[in-house]
Amino acid sequence: MNFDFSDEQKQLRDEARRFLDENCTTKEVRAILEGKDVYDRKLWKGLADLGLLGIAIPEEFGGAGAGRLELCIVAEEIGRALAPVPYSSTVYLASEILLRAGTDAQKKEWLPKIAKGEAIGALAFVEGPGNPTPGGMKASVSGGKLSGRKTLVADGGVADFAIVAARAGSGENTLSLYLVDLKGAGVTRANVETVDPTRNHAEITFANAPAALVGNEGEGWTLLTQALDRAAVLVAFEQIGGADRALYMARDYALDRMAFGRQIGSFQAIKHILADMYVSATLARSNAYYGAWALSTDAGELAEAAANARVSATQAFQLCAKQNNQVHGGMGFTWEADCHLFYRRSNLLALTLGSLSWWEDALIERMRKRNAA
Amino acid sequence: MNFDDTPAEAAFRAEARAWISANAPRQYEDDLRASPFGRVVLKNADIIAASKDWQRKKADAGWACLHWPKEYGGRGATPIERVIWSQEEGLYGKLSSLFIIGHGMCGPTMMAYASEAHKKTRLPPLASGQEIWCQLFSEPASGSDLAGLRTRAEKSGDDWIVNGQKVWTSGAHHSDWAILITRTDPDVPKHKGLTMFFLNMKSPGIDIRPIKQSNGQAEFNEVYFNDVRIPDHQRLGKVGDGWNVSLTTLMNERLSIGASMPTGFPELFDLFARLTIDGRPAIERSDVRAKLANWAIRANGLKYTSYRSISALSRGEMPGPENSIGKLVAGATMQDIATFAADMQGPTGAMKKSEGVDEAGLFQAMLMRSIATRIEGGTDEILRNIIAERVLALPADVRVDKDVPFNRIPTRGR
Amino acid sequence: MNFDDTPQEAEFRKLARTWIEANRPDDLLAVLEALNPDGSKKASTADIVRVSKAWQKRKADGGWACLTWPKEYGGRAATPIQRVIWDQEEGAYGQLSQPFAIGQGMCGPTVMAYADEDTKRRLLPPLASGEDVWCQLFSEPAGGSDVAGLRTRAEKQDNGDWLINGQKIWTTGAHFCDYGIVITRNDPTVPKHKGLTMFWLDMKSPGVEVRPIKQASGHSGFNEVYFTNVRIPDSQRLGKVGDGWNVSITTLMNERFSIGARVATGVPEFFDFASSYRMPDGTLAIEDASVRARLATWASRSNGLKYTAYRAISALSRGERPGPENSIGKLVSAPMMQDIAMAALDLQGPEGARTIDGATPAAKLYQQLYHAIGMRIAGGTDEVMRNIIAERVLGLPADVRVDKDVPFNKIPTKGR
Repeated sequence: MNFDFSDEQKQLRDEARRFLDENCTTKEVRAILEGKDVYDRKLWKGLADLGLLGIAIPEEFGGAGAGRLELCIVAEEIGRALAPVPYSSTVYLASEILLRAGTDAQKKEWLPKIAKGEAIGALAFVEGPGNPTPGGMKASVSGGKLSGRKTLVADGGVADFAIVAARAGSGENTLSLYLVDLKGAGVTRANVETVDPTRNHAEITFANAPAALVGNEGEGWTLLTQALDRAAVLVAFEQIGGADRALYMARDYALDRMAFGRQIGSFQAIKHILADMYVSATLARSNAYYGAWALSTDAGELAEAAANARVSATQAFQLCAKQNNQVHGGMGFTWEADCHLFYRRSNLLALTLGSLSWWEDALIERMRKRNAA
Repeated sequence: MNFDDTPAEAAFRAEARAWISANAPRQYEDDLRASPFGRVVLKNADIIAASKDWQRKKADAGWACLHWPKEYGGRGATPIERVIWSQEEGLYGKLSSLFIIGHGMCGPTMMAYASEAHKKTRLPPLASGQEIWCQLFSEPASGSDLAGLRTRAEKSGDDWIVNGQKVWTSGAHHSDWAILITRTDPDVPKHKGLTMFFLNMKSPGIDIRPIKQSNGQAEFNEVYFNDVRIPDHQRLGKVGDGWNVSLTTLMNERLSIGASMPTGFPELFDLFARLTIDGRPAIERSDVRAKLANWAIRANGLKYTSYRSISALSRGEMPGPENSIGKLVAGATMQDIATFAADMQGPTGAMKKSEGVDEAGLFQAMLMRSIATRIEGGTDEILRNIIAERVLALPADVRVDKDVPFNRIPTRGR
Repeated sequence: MNFDDTPQEAEFRKLARTWIEANRPDDLLAVLEALNPDGSKKASTADIVRVSKAWQKRKADGGWACLTWPKEYGGRAATPIQRVIWDQEEGAYGQLSQPFAIGQGMCGPTVMAYADEDTKRRLLPPLASGEDVWCQLFSEPAGGSDVAGLRTRAEKQDNGDWLINGQKIWTTGAHFCDYGIVITRNDPTVPKHKGLTMFWLDMKSPGVEVRPIKQASGHSGFNEVYFTNVRIPDSQRLGKVGDGWNVSITTLMNERFSIGARVATGVPEFFDFASSYRMPDGTLAIEDASVRARLATWASRSNGLKYTAYRAISALSRGERPGPENSIGKLVSAPMMQDIAMAALDLQGPEGARTIDGATPAAKLYQQLYHAIGMRIAGGTDEVMRNIIAERVLGLPADVRVDKDVPFNKIPTKGR
């Protein structure tokens, strides 16, 4: 059994970590938090130069042609660094959807630009409160023109193009995916405020915006859920990266901080908080690895493995981030302390691909299907 | 068992109700109602001026600091009358948050330790809200371990010279007076070298800087002392007895009876009764119900625990320490509720403003603020220790710093 | 990343599988059927021990007992990963080895580390082959989480023998054991960790009295063991006089380090139960949103344990020592098992209170309700496990110890 990353992959992790340690300290994250820009352009360029934007894009489309395991490695580091860049929307969602369902022309047009850092992509699938359902989307396409409104589009304010879920007609199975050039006609965007301002989110209104089909008509729900499953594994890696760093931040503080003449880490009340954080982070890491295996091999278990990784990683990051704050006491509640950066990100990531309760439901449904088979 | 007033209580309630109905600042009613938790925002008025006006009005009519003696600006009321008053004052009580620390902690400490002359001068303007007080206790290196504080007070003639830094001081920037705990002798064990003072916040050498919190607000300050001079007659308690004096203050902090800590439960219940998921009300989902039920019993449990305390007061007894569970329960519950409120909204739960969910911003504010609720005025862990030690009578943790001179206690973890 | 064997591993797996195919204890299956995974047994203990010994002997004769032990002590000199592969292949039959778990997992390694060569050659092969069953005599009424607080006295006699007096508790299987390792206090005047000495002994020695403990569940898997002037020759001492604490750590490290061992969580049982149990409105429990929400958390934690074990197995496969992640198993599974059992009872409404026997999912979950209480305590309480993770994994300082440098007989023994 070799249920671990290879030495080469671990080397990639070291390189990515070194790069992010130098170029994405919490100072850079705070610059975005405080509104100095919508994302870190210099970091984005650096990731492109390192080949990390197109790492999983085949060489024929200008990428590095590596696999999904390499992408998981990078995702963990992006999450660890709380990188304020449109990585997840561009790489896990937009380019993955194009790779799996896009036409050759669409791939040729966008993938090389993504790899070079010249194009940002997004996925627009949320229209209002509630988790996505096939019947819940009202945006529609008629005569190649898309109309409707999407909200909470991750990186929607900075993206060059979006994959948009919309109906091709009024029937039941008409949901389809479309590619829309966001710089083109019929698109207006407004940034929305979220719990984590280090990542851009926008509301996009489409009024007869030219839209090109991605995949087959009526295949939208299947493509969307597959895309969310695949992204769930990658976001789980971002989450375990963040959870791990929050855990060790808390550990370090418990070693440094003195109270009652002792390190606070010598009190069982603090130790037990940290032990529970560790347990949760460890389970989430192992579950994320299983998700990585399923993603990289396109295994039949992918849907279940993705939900499993997602539930576990969401719980672990939320626990580690909130308890990191608790261990830091009052200091953790200041703007200057980095605790809230993790707390914000943990709460954002818990929601954007569909919320925890939705994935919990999906996990059980998928386990049932497997058991029945 | 009943929830009725005694005849005397009923008469008092009628009097309070009549006065409030004739005098309450109704122009703020909507604003106060719209601030179910945290900071009160008034649309057309300055909150400090409005608070002072209401407090002054109450004081003039004898409704300020009800349980204080009349000569210090109070009404000489019984504890149960005070509870009845706050029930009747209701929403308008939110206008008193500016004075909570002064009335609840500084006042009682002054009453117990200041000279008669000081009490007569300082307490009435505190009761009537014309002077605001703050409490200078926490320091960067001493939070849960308050007695680890390092702000020095050195005797110079009849005065004391204070140098050091305090942190997490609520309202320091608009306070007129403060109580301050300092270290007067670092050569004796930590609890023995402390001394308490009161001082004018406009004294030369005081520098107040707001702390920006992780939720973006600034409710607290850092306060720096540079050769601040305090006359010895403003000392509270004996030199070296500051720890015992501070216990008077802190006991008052944790003994706020009948005060209901917000949990976010009523707001969540309302939201889920209205929010539709997949075409049906969220409240019809069994997972939502299971969670709501769990939080309902916590919120109700807190409410009825405070009713039990009120009943004890009504009988003239001092309530037990049950009240220390309030913040422990409320803080964590609020954090869980805010997280679940976001979860049920799906991805848009991340948004501060969301169409169809008016409370989105409120729950997000709770999510960010509940972090602090679990820490301020005693962390969850300290409160569990208090319950274990003072309620259940378990022994204290082993103390390694008890008999060690303060300046020999290690200050760095590694 | 893959779940495949290396060629050598695959070859070994084939060898194991072939042998098991040819030798599998079909004749013992009937008894096996009656075994519950949670350890509450329908068959009598004597029957189980008899069947277990038969299977163990068969394995030993084929060279499949105590795989990682040296051949001269009855093992196969296999690598740790081969041991894991064997366990996977042995599968459910491995449950038959339960009576030997403590002897082979804890007593054997301790004897191997501390006994003289003759003793090892004499004692270890029959332990490996299941002819002798061993137990571990550590816990005492006043020394549970705080093992070093034990009081069973060992006093050196003029002829060199030791005289043992005292009481042990929570001894698994003492009533059918042939040998035991016992930790004693030889010197109460020095600090607690310094006055301990370890021995092995014949459980049939005069003065040893075994009494079963009736547990909260009504079962009796554990014993109290009383020692009244039990004589142990000095040659049966393990480690130096006064060094028993360090010796016991060898034993306990082995207890907490069992890789790839499947931990019972109750998740599959609950899944089966919820998939077949109909709620009053006729829907299946598993279709209920609140059941799903809770089950999802349990399932992902249970999966997390499984894949954490896979990561450890992978480390073994590369020839590395797995990290400390494995110490989380019991801490995760035991409280979860308790929650799951309570949820299963709750779903059944008032009926949930009814005692159910048998092998249905509901019955298994009912039994777990009690089993979990013990699981959260045995072999290190939840609290001790958290301390271990915090201190040994995360590197936090130990708690302040008031008993460290105090002579044992000066340590207070009554709370009030």
